[in-house]
Amino acid sequence: MESISDFLVYSVQEGLLFAILALGVFITFRCLNFPDLTVDGSYPLGAAVFAFMTYRGFGPFVGMAAAFIAGALAGLMTGALNTFSKIPALLSGILTMICLYSINLRIMGRPNISLSENLGHHTVFSLLKNAFSGVPETYLRLIFLMGLVLLLKGLLDLFLHTEIGLAIRATGDSESLVEVQGINPDKTKLIGVAVSNALVALSGAMFAQYQGFVDINMGIGMVVAGLASVIVGEVLVRGRNILFMTLQVVLGAVVYRMATAIALNWGYRIGFKPYDLKLFTGLLVIFILSFPVIKEKMKGLK
Amino acid sequence: MLTLEKVNKYFFRNTLDERWAIRNLDLRVQGGEFITIVGSNGAGKTTVLNLISGNFFPDSGRVFINSEEVTKYPAFRRAHYLGRVFQNTYQGTAASLTIEENFAIAFRKGKPRGLRIAINDSMRKRFKTKLSEVGLGLENRLRDRVGLLSGGQRQALALLMATIGDPKVLLLDEHTANLDPKTAEKIMDLTNQLIRNDHLTALMITHDLSEALNFGTRTLMMDGGEIVLDISGEGRKKLTIPELLDRFSETRHKQFAEDRALLSTAKK
Ligand SMILES: Nc1ncnc2c1ncn2[C@@H]1O[C@H](COP(=O)(O)OP(=O)(O)OP(=O)(O)O)[C@@H](O)[C@H]1O
Ligand SMILES: [Mg+2]
Repeated sequence: MESISDFLVYSVQEGLLFAILALGVFITFRCLNFPDLTVDGSYPLGAAVFAFMTYRGFGPFVGMAAAFIAGALAGLMTGALNTFSKIPALLSGILTMICLYSINLRIMGRPNISLSENLGHHTVFSLLKNAFSGVPETYLRLIFLMGLVLLLKGLLDLFLHTEIGLAIRATGDSESLVEVQGINPDKTKLIGVAVSNALVALSGAMFAQYQGFVDINMGIGMVVAGLASVIVGEVLVRGRNILFMTLQVVLGAVVYRMATAIALNWGYRIGFKPYDLKLFTGLLVIFILSFPVIKEKMKGLK
Repeated sequence: MLTLEKVNKYFFRNTLDERWAIRNLDLRVQGGEFITIVGSNGAGKTTVLNLISGNFFPDSGRVFINSEEVTKYPAFRRAHYLGRVFQNTYQGTAASLTIEENFAIAFRKGKPRGLRIAINDSMRKRFKTKLSEVGLGLENRLRDRVGLLSGGQRQALALLMATIGDPKVLLLDEHTANLDPKTAEKIMDLTNQLIRNDHLTALMITHDLSEALNFGTRTLMMDGGEIVLDISGEGRKKLTIPELLDRFSETRHKQFAEDRALLSTAKK
């Protein structure tokens, strides 16, 4: 059994890895109003592409860039299904996701791949460890992940304040407005869904390096977990502008990850099994989404 | 400025539900005209605006704006010619964006959008001036989200956004219908003021017959997908609502049936 402080550090690390995915989910679900289920496929895609590049001798930064681009392409496919083929957003995402399952297996060649340092594979984390050998590894990882998430948050904040960024956010509010202002809503959707899945895939690539292996099933339930992070964040802090909203997402991801870690670590006392985690996440999202409705109904009864 | 030439529009074409919504419609609008459009429910008023804006394409006929044929252009490709305000006060603005961000979107209309930060200080000053001109107290709320505003304030903002780039034609679809009477009156005055000051060409759908006759320079009455009355000039100035209704029943051999119009007429 690990100490409480170790436990905290680990769950914050994992929360930060999650935050990258949650920022992606935030773009589609909150800015674009496009419920995108590609995530369950683009998350392992990022990990698979990263492993592919690593096994061909490329360094981790090239692998991460490749994962980012692959995620963007997956997003473009979903976006094109929706805007060009007029398939509803939900179904577009599901279709891409199902295609990606096979594609990911093709890329990986087998359902599990190890990224162990012993095999000579470098990850950003092993590079860090070698560069700063005096510093404890967990703190190195923590600081690196904080820096990375803050950088991505900052870049996303900037992006959402550009001319294209405003157009993307407006698309979620009113497509009629966007068209009347001379913006092609198909284009803003394509860009938004692509950027979203690029972040999701990057998150997958980061998680693969963190845990040292890639598993074909690592994406199952990720979209709901990302959504859980977003809405937990919204419950925690009230945000008015984009800077606040993306901060919410990051905090939400960390808190959500802590909650699941607590459930995994101590939940066995009340009979909680690791495979109950998806149920836990599902119920959490259901509860938070139903809460306002239940509150209204209760008021009506009084 | 705007021409519709023998335009036809069907819905559910070649099915049992086929509806001939716009029938051989011809319309020529001169620059500076302010046209009010009335007609019963389902007469085709909104469909005409959608054909002009490119949200619908005609099954036959042609559409010209500023003597350029735009018949097949999608909405966003002809948007630089047009401004539009909708009945739904959430449709003409982006509710989750701030007032200044909404303005910034309208400000870039007709120009390419890139990865520049959308708002700078000189823009902010212009938005502020523009807002203080309409006197709604919005000039000090540039960073408030538009979803926090009242319906009337949102509609005023939508009007300013629609007119900011000097559109060739302004399209208004019952844009005061969802507001309380007092706010509706204010927005109508603002509309009139903006159209006059900027010498805009405008088409305004309304269900209020007195509004249709009191504002603008020309009134169209639609029925069954056709323009059945087209009144302008001296004759229009003296025309009363009962006379308008009489002329309608003379041409169509039936009563003008539009509950809302008759109700709002009865109130006056
Ligand atoms: N998107 C659509 N799909 C199918 N039919 C439509 C559509 N839009 C309009 N119609 C039909 O076209 C006809 C004209 O509708 P339109 O909305 O133009 O009427 P309107 O004059 O604006 O009426 P209202 O005063 O109720 O707004 C109606 O019969 C309507 O049912
Ligand atoms: Mg209508």
